[in-house]
Amino acid sequence: MARSKTERTMPSVATVGGIRTTRNAVAVEIARLNKWYGQFHVLREINLTIERGERIVICGPSGGGKSTLLRCINRLEDWQEGQVVVDGVAITNDLKTIDEIRRDIGMVFQHFNLFPHLTVLQNCTLAPVWVRHMPKKDAEEVAMHYLTRVRIPEQAQKYPAQLSGGQQQRVAIARALCMNPKIMLFDEPTSALDPEMVKEVLDTMVDLAKDGMTMAVVSHEMGFARQMASRMVLMDAGQIVEINEPADFFEHPQHDRTKLFLSQILH
Amino acid sequence: MMSAAPQTEHKPFVRRMMEMPRPRPMGVSPVALVLRRMFGTPLNVFLTLFGLIVLALMIWPTFKFLFIDAVWDGSSRIDCLPETVKRPVGACWPFIQARIGQFIYGFYPQSERWRVDIVFAGGALLLLPLLIPRFPFKILNAFLFFIAYPAAAFALLVGGWFGLEYVETRAWGGLLITLVISYAGIIASLPLGMLLALGRRSEMPIVRTLSVAFIEFWRGVPLITVLFFATYMLPLFLPPGWNVDALLRVLIGVTLFSAAYLAEVIRGGLQAIPRGQYEGASALGLGYWKTMGLIVLPQALKHVIPGLVNSFIALFKDTSLVLTVSIFDLLGQVRSSFADPNWATPSTLFTGFAFAGIIYFAVSFSMSRYALAMERRLNTDIR
Repeated sequence: MARSKTERTMPSVATVGGIRTTRNAVAVEIARLNKWYGQFHVLREINLTIERGERIVICGPSGGGKSTLLRCINRLEDWQEGQVVVDGVAITNDLKTIDEIRRDIGMVFQHFNLFPHLTVLQNCTLAPVWVRHMPKKDAEEVAMHYLTRVRIPEQAQKYPAQLSGGQQQRVAIARALCMNPKIMLFDEPTSALDPEMVKEVLDTMVDLAKDGMTMAVVSHEMGFARQMASRMVLMDAGQIVEINEPADFFEHPQHDRTKLFLSQILH
Repeated sequence: MMSAAPQTEHKPFVRRMMEMPRPRPMGVSPVALVLRRMFGTPLNVFLTLFGLIVLALMIWPTFKFLFIDAVWDGSSRIDCLPETVKRPVGACWPFIQARIGQFIYGFYPQSERWRVDIVFAGGALLLLPLLIPRFPFKILNAFLFFIAYPAAAFALLVGGWFGLEYVETRAWGGLLITLVISYAGIIASLPLGMLLALGRRSEMPIVRTLSVAFIEFWRGVPLITVLFFATYMLPLFLPPGWNVDALLRVLIGVTLFSAAYLAEVIRGGLQAIPRGQYEGASALGLGYWKTMGLIVLPQALKHVIPGLVNSFIALFKDTSLVLTVSIFDLLGQVRSSFADPNWATPSTLFTGFAFAGIIYFAVSFSMSRYALAMERRLNTDIR
């Protein structure tokens, strides 16, 4: 499970070092996490463990706290109570620790958040060069490798605004991979895309999953979830309602809220 | 679902052949288009004629003054008097010719003016490749122009070493002083303005408060007050024996004043950067300064190029206020030359101001045009 299967025609990751895994068997441990926005209790007693190589898909109605939870894992959001441990390191308020943890966690956003003033290639090499202090030449080589993996090497010299939404999101994935992350977070990666472009992004994510990347995905792409998720999480009103294997989650949901949610989206 | 049956039968449609692209039909010729816009309606006819009359009233006399009626050769006021040339006299260019040295160098000693020439030439040599995007070595070039050049230029202009005659800054003047103050003001106030803009948006209350206080203070006082204070009051507050050069005091005053304005311009640009950019940078592990320096400021500055250039042009022209503290810049030299009885003619005043105006306009207009080209070049996020 850990290494890529040879069924794909893409060049093997092994040429640039392959997928990095967490040192600990538990990649992310979230314990009794509570967060408030003002007086509003957005995350309530969240307990969730993500194991090495697992693909967790978090779904649920909007406003349920899915994105907020995901963003706690790399500390884009802070919290008032509880603990998040990433690969054995507890996230504190220490800025240095936070930056170190972020380096090892790739994140893909709903709105891509590419840097519009930089070319695709520069978007990909920026962090390796400035954060990992990689020589520019090496960084470009790594970037081209991942751009090839997401199937847009020919766009390297263009600016993000010249690409389609699906292409931009694939650049965003390549940009995150260039930091050689141990964990990848996806925050509704296909929600802002035109319907015809969803598949190209999902295919890229499937490739990544097959290589054994540890992934946490907030998404409503149930086809993808059914195919790739190791576990499904349903969140509503700031709490985890159900965690289950995909087969059971879709065929035999336990909680009434899950049943309702599934009936709403799988018409 | 079946209740609202359409009134008319619609046959299903399936395209059998795709439409091929055709050339666009010929439009109206450009000449016809211009004519129609200028004379299409009675109002347009009126506006066109009105515009032409205004232009004629403005441009023709200017042209006549500067070229047709102008006196081009001569050695004293006699040559520029209407009585001598027996016709109306426009610009008296011999006057400029005779005084050009003073306008450019001020009271910089005649024998040492080659030093100023070297400084001018060096500045131009470093600036040109910096402005042309195609030129390589931009980082080295920028370092030379922004860090090494001012130090070297200052050392050369002041002198007092290696057998170079010492020239105190009080003797500097004319275009030299105008350029020194603008150049120093611009290159020193831009980074300071960036820091202040970031400071004003900082999450640290002390940094934020200090930035706000600084910006509001310097925006709240007129530049003339700043210059007066720097020149006449500051020495009284400094401990005895402390003597900061008068020109340097003015430079610092102008820089701080301009930085406060730039800070607010840049803050406007910072506000236009969406939160996603900060988050994208943070998620990659970039710290505060790298996020600002690599992601936020480049985009913010690009957004506010028009505002920045506005401030730079204002600063360039405001340098003429140093006249109030007895520093004779280009305009100051031009005005002081009017007192010369050798050149007292009816058109001396106008000629002098026209000359100063042309120089100020040329510099300001170049800045503006260059900025426009820059804006276009940097515009990578057109959708």
